[in-house]
Amino acid sequence: MDLTLTPELAAFRDEVRAFLEAHKDHHKDGAPNDPKAWQRTLIEAGYAARTIPKEYGGYGAEPDILKGRIIAEEFIAAGAPRGMAGQGISMLVPTLLEVGSEDQKRQWIGPTLRGEVIWCQGYSEPGAGSDLANLQTKAVEDGEDFLISGQKIWTSTAAQADMIFCLVRTEPDAAKHEGISYILFPMNTPGIDVRPLKTMTGHAEFNEVFFTDVRVPQKNVVGGRGRGWFVANTTLKHERGMLGDPNATEARLKALIELMKSETVDGHRIIDNPIFRDRLMQLQARVFSMKFNGLRTLTDDTAGLARLVVKLQGCELNHQVAALAIDALGELGILYHDGPHLRAKGGWQRNYMFDLGLIIGGGTAQIQKNIISERGLGMPREPKTVGA
Amino acid sequence: MRFALSEDQTLLQDSLTKALADLSSLDRVRRFADGGEATAPDIWAGLSELGLPGLLVPEEHGGLGLGLLEAALAAEALGRVVAPTPFLGSAVLAPLALRLGGSDEQKRAWLPKLADGGATAGAAISEPIAGARDGAGVTAEGGKLTGKALFALDAMAADLLVVADRSGVLHLAAKADASEILPSIDATRRLTELTFRGAPAEALSSNQALDRLRDAAWVMIAADTLGACQTMLDRAVEYAKERKQFGRTIGSFQAVKHLCAEMAAELEPARALVWYAAYAFDNAPEEASLMAAHAKAHTSEIGRFIARTATEVHGGIGMTDLLGLHYWFKRIGQNRQLLGGPERVRELAARMQGLAA
Repeated sequence: MDLTLTPELAAFRDEVRAFLEAHKDHHKDGAPNDPKAWQRTLIEAGYAARTIPKEYGGYGAEPDILKGRIIAEEFIAAGAPRGMAGQGISMLVPTLLEVGSEDQKRQWIGPTLRGEVIWCQGYSEPGAGSDLANLQTKAVEDGEDFLISGQKIWTSTAAQADMIFCLVRTEPDAAKHEGISYILFPMNTPGIDVRPLKTMTGHAEFNEVFFTDVRVPQKNVVGGRGRGWFVANTTLKHERGMLGDPNATEARLKALIELMKSETVDGHRIIDNPIFRDRLMQLQARVFSMKFNGLRTLTDDTAGLARLVVKLQGCELNHQVAALAIDALGELGILYHDGPHLRAKGGWQRNYMFDLGLIIGGGTAQIQKNIISERGLGMPREPKTVGA
Repeated sequence: MRFALSEDQTLLQDSLTKALADLSSLDRVRRFADGGEATAPDIWAGLSELGLPGLLVPEEHGGLGLGLLEAALAAEALGRVVAPTPFLGSAVLAPLALRLGGSDEQKRAWLPKLADGGATAGAAISEPIAGARDGAGVTAEGGKLTGKALFALDAMAADLLVVADRSGVLHLAAKADASEILPSIDATRRLTELTFRGAPAEALSSNQALDRLRDAAWVMIAADTLGACQTMLDRAVEYAKERKQFGRTIGSFQAVKHLCAEMAAELEPARALVWYAAYAFDNAPEEASLMAAHAKAHTSEIGRFIARTATEVHGGIGMTDLLGLHYWFKRIGQNRQLLGGPERVRELAARMQGLAA
C-alpha cells in the first residue's frame, strides 16, 4: 500500500491542473460551450481518447491507469466536462480496436472520437434480454448484402444516432451462440423505424427500433461472420466497466450531504435529525468502501472478486443515495417536473427512477450474482433446461 | 501509487494463516471455549515464535516495528480461525499506549517483554469509548485507581493493564484488586470486569492517546470480523458445493448461490475499507479516525448479514454445535458491540466531520 504520487504522477497532476486553469472559460455549468471543439481540444491534450493510437485519431499514450484516474479526479474537482462518452466511444471503439479490420478502424474510430458520428447499440430484443444470445433479428443473404429484419429494444440515442452497431442472426442453422454476427450500418438506411420508449421517469431515454428488409453490405460485419457473440462480449466488458463508477457516486454523496446541511424542516436542519444522520453515515461507509475497492481493482492483481462486484454494488449504492435524498426532502421529495419548491430540478427523483434501470440494464443484478458466484466463488451453473 | 499488499505483507499473511491452521484448529478452539480455559498460552507461544506479539513494538525494543496494516492482516488471520489470543491488548493496545505516552523507563520495562511474548497485557478502555454501564468507571487520584471497568480486553492473567479513567487519561497498572470473567456469547475470548480499590498506577503522558487507541482497536476489531466473515463465506460456499437435495448440489440453485454472491459482494469492498483505515492510521492522520469508525461500523453491519446468511446456507446443521460455525457467528456478534455498536460509532463519525453537534 502506497497511496502517495510518484514525482512523475505529481508532475502529471500539475499539468492537468494547469490545462484546466487555462481552459476554464471553455465550459459553463459543467457543459462545454462547443462540445465538438472541446472534444478536439481534449484529444490534442491527451485527456480524451488518451490511449487510442494516433493513426486512428487518438492521443496515442501508453495505457496508464493511474494517469487516467488523475485526469478523472482533476476534472471532477474543477467541475470541467469530460470528453464525450457515448456508446460509440465507450463500446464500439474499444471493440473495433480489438477485432475490427484495418479499413473499419480507419473509417470509424477517428470520426467517432471527434463526435462527428453518433452510434447506438442494437443488442437487446423483446425476447432476448438477460438471454441475449436468444436474439432473433435475422440477416438474410442477398447478393453482396444482407437483408435485416426484426426488432431491437432499449436502444438509447437511436433517435440521434448516425450509425448502429447491431447483433443479428446470420446463420439460422448454427448453434445459438454461433449464428450471430456483429454488423455496422447507417440509421438512415431505408426500412428502419425508431419509436421512442418512454420510461417511468417521464422521458424517453430509450427507443424501440424496427427493421424491415434493411439492406446492409456483408462487408460491414466486424470480427467475422458468426463470431458476433464473442465480439459482443468484448463490448459488454467495456459497458460493465462504465456502470457503477465510484467517482460518480462520491460526487452524489457530497451533493446529498450539502442537501442535508442546507434543507430545514420547522427551522431544523435535516442533518441534525439523528435518524437521517445515521442513514447518511451508513451510506458514506459504503461509498468509501466502493472508492477504495475501485482503487484496489486498478492496482492489485489479487482483486478479481473485487472487480466482479462493482456493477452490482455500485448501481445499488447510487440508488440508495437517491432514496435517502428523497426521504430527507420528505414531501418536497415528491415534487417532480417543473414547479414551485422543486429541488435540484427533480434530479433526485429522476436518479431514483433511472438508477433502478441501471441496476437492471447492462446485466441485471441477478445475472451479476450468477457471475459472482460462478466465476468468483466457483459455484456450479444452473442446469440447462432442455431446449433452451 | 499502489492499493495492494506488498510482497512482505502477503508473506506475513500467508505464514500466519499457515501457522494458525495448526495452532488454533477448531478442536483447539473448542477445548478453550468449552473447557472454560482462561488463556491459551500454547497458541500465544506459537505465535511468539513468529514475532507476532512484537509486531508494533519498535525494533530498538525488540519488536518488528511494523505498522497497523500489518497488525490488521494479523487480526484478520486470527479472526479467520477465531483464535483465543491476547493479541488486541498485548500486541496492539499496550504497545501503542506505551509508544504514545510511556516514559523511556516504562518503555524499557515493558516493550521488550511484550514483544517476545514473555509478558501479556490487557486493556480496560470501554467506558470512555462505548459509554459507562451499571455505574462503571475508574477514577484516578494520587497514583491510585478506584472504581470498576467492564469489558476489559485480554486482562485474564495479564502482567500489565492499560486502564482509561473516566476523563480518558490512560494509566498503567500491574493488576486490579479483583477480576471476574464476564461470560459472553463469544467463548473464544474472555472479557473481564476489573475492580480497583486504590490499586497503584502510573499515568501515561499523552492526552490524545485514548483516541489513537480507540482508532487502532476499531480497525483491529473490523479486521477480526473481516477474517471471521471470510471463513463463514468460504464454509458456506464449500458446503453448498457438496450438499445434495432434489438430486442437485444446492449450490446450483440460484436461491442459494445468490446468497453466497451477496455475501461476497458485501465482503470484498469492506476489505478495501479496512485496509485503507489501517493504512490511514499510520499515513493519513487527518482521515484516520473517520476511516477507523467507518471500518468498525460497516464491518459490524456486513458481519451481521454474513454471519446469519452463511449459517442459513448450511441449513439446520449450521445451527448445531457439530459444525462449530457458531463460534464465528458469535465472534462477529461480539465484535459488533465491543467498544461501541455501529449506531454509536456512526454518531461519532458524523461528529468527526462536523455533521453532528
